[in-house]
Amino acid sequence: MTITEKILSAHSGKDRVSAGELINAKLDVVLANDITAPISIKEFKKIGAKDVFDKDKIAFIPDHFAPQKDIKAAEQCKMLREFSREHDLSLYFEVGRMGVEHALLPEQGIVLPGDLVIGADSHTCTYGALGAFSTGVGSTDVASAMATGECWFKVPESMKFVYYGKLNKWVSGKDLILHTIGDIGVDGALYRAMEIEGEAISSLPMSGRLTMCNMAIEAGGKNGIIVPDDVTEEYVKGRAKRKYTFYTSDKDAEYVDVREYDCSGIEPTVSCPHLPSNTKPASELAEVTIDQVVVGSCTNGRIEDMREAAEVIKGKKVSPNTRMIVIPATQEIYLQAMKEGLAEIFVNAEAVFSTPTCGPCLGGHMGILAKGEKAIATTNRNFVGRMGDPGSEVYLSNPAVAAATAVKGRIALPDEV
Amino acid sequence: MIFKGKVWKFGDNIDTDAIIPARYLNTSDPAELAKHVMEDADKDFPSKVKQGDMIIARANFGCGSSREHAPIAIKAAGMQAVIAKSFARIFYRNSFNIGLPIFESEDAADNISEGDEIEIDADNGLIKNITKGEQYTAKPIPPFMQELISAGGLIEWTKKRLAG
Ligand code: SF4
Repeated sequence: MTITEKILSAHSGKDRVSAGELINAKLDVVLANDITAPISIKEFKKIGAKDVFDKDKIAFIPDHFAPQKDIKAAEQCKMLREFSREHDLSLYFEVGRMGVEHALLPEQGIVLPGDLVIGADSHTCTYGALGAFSTGVGSTDVASAMATGECWFKVPESMKFVYYGKLNKWVSGKDLILHTIGDIGVDGALYRAMEIEGEAISSLPMSGRLTMCNMAIEAGGKNGIIVPDDVTEEYVKGRAKRKYTFYTSDKDAEYVDVREYDCSGIEPTVSCPHLPSNTKPASELAEVTIDQVVVGSCTNGRIEDMREAAEVIKGKKVSPNTRMIVIPATQEIYLQAMKEGLAEIFVNAEAVFSTPTCGPCLGGHMGILAKGEKAIATTNRNFVGRMGDPGSEVYLSNPAVAAATAVKGRIALPDEV
Repeated sequence: MIFKGKVWKFGDNIDTDAIIPARYLNTSDPAELAKHVMEDADKDFPSKVKQGDMIIARANFGCGSSREHAPIAIKAAGMQAVIAKSFARIFYRNSFNIGLPIFESEDAADNISEGDEIEIDADNGLIKNITKGEQYTAKPIPPFMQELISAGGLIEWTKKRLAG
């Protein structure tokens, strides 16, 4: 069996499962945010269940339009708070404690290797980096799961992605996954598990692994997953408050497709409007002027990303034709960035350094684009209208390219600044 | 069940930001959402669409976010069904969970034109093109999904399960 099949079988009380099989499985964590939880709460009430299945396994995180951007958003956040109080949920994170959900849950040791996790947010697939099976579902799935602690799944077929060779300078997990999506397309892994491995992955830090699994959904994948190793152990050991399990894939596990990438051929990569699969080497895009740079999100808002952007922009200024917004993904990252002097580097460079929020990533608040404006962002989606007016454009990149672009006011490589 | 109506045609990879832009997600009220349905794919769509219309699209319809607001907006705008070559996974799941009928058919996606009058025979997976006098087949709906539909969606199904 693959690691995906093993986790699904362990949670459904079966010895074996195989691709295509429909199962009902027990959940370790159920997640929703301020956009999706309100529907879950309404639907949960219709079920008529007296209480939630486990008050310590439901995470409610107001991160999208929080700190509350307007009255309607405040009403939605209030629903989360009231439901959490009523049901005594221990994993409710108020503004000031919250962070972008997919950065926060691994950081706090709430999701762990071997877990089965669903979230009413498509980037729930991020936690595959820890060797967990996690996938995005809808609000109604979450409502049902809050009552029963279970969810139905179709066991996905697995595709294997092998990365060998050494990473070029300024190339990180983001570039590997953008390159891969450019190769297979936005539905190249539709309904499938994307299992990621290879020598380049063994030496990839957890931050880069989380970035890669985060974007499995951008290839249509059901989950991204990496077999846990020493890097995983190092990351979870100080954080976990309960037991966890390392699953591996068997030698004779079945894959519908195996793709290999030589990392020495992968340059810093950018997705051009309006699809993540529309990739080009950053070096070919020097003509593109940029109005706004965003560094942050569940894809690249971790401390390693802050460091990478700060290293490039240190001692320089954001171009007078551009604005730059830096958003650490959690309070812990925010604090660490202050301790390391990164916040100071950004502010001295005349960038905005914001409290954690999804904000501009989904065109919510804190940096919306006007018609005709162009942004480069370390986020994960560049669909029409994603960050503002339908007539605006979004390019996706790693933090180093984003920072270099801020200095130049056009798409640039870190070595140019 | 039979659905009969006029279709609106869309292309590949219609994402959830095109179906219902995030700027409207500070509410989950179906009527509010319906006012902006498909707005970023065609800004006049909310005013053109009529009760009983249907959508036909190409590959990977509903890709992107997990927002259930997307199928809710389509349903609340009065549309009866969506046909596509293929659907993104979460959109597919959400549609069954909330009771928006969706059908996968490559043939229909290739041959139906905007404005065609069609009739879907949901039980037999047949799609008739009245305007063109053609007929296409849809992929059969998996048994578990049929169970969800006949229960009246996931919430009703869960209710029954909890009641034992
Ligand atoms: S940062 Fe962006 S992609 Fe990530 S959860 Fe928030 S809105 Fe979604």
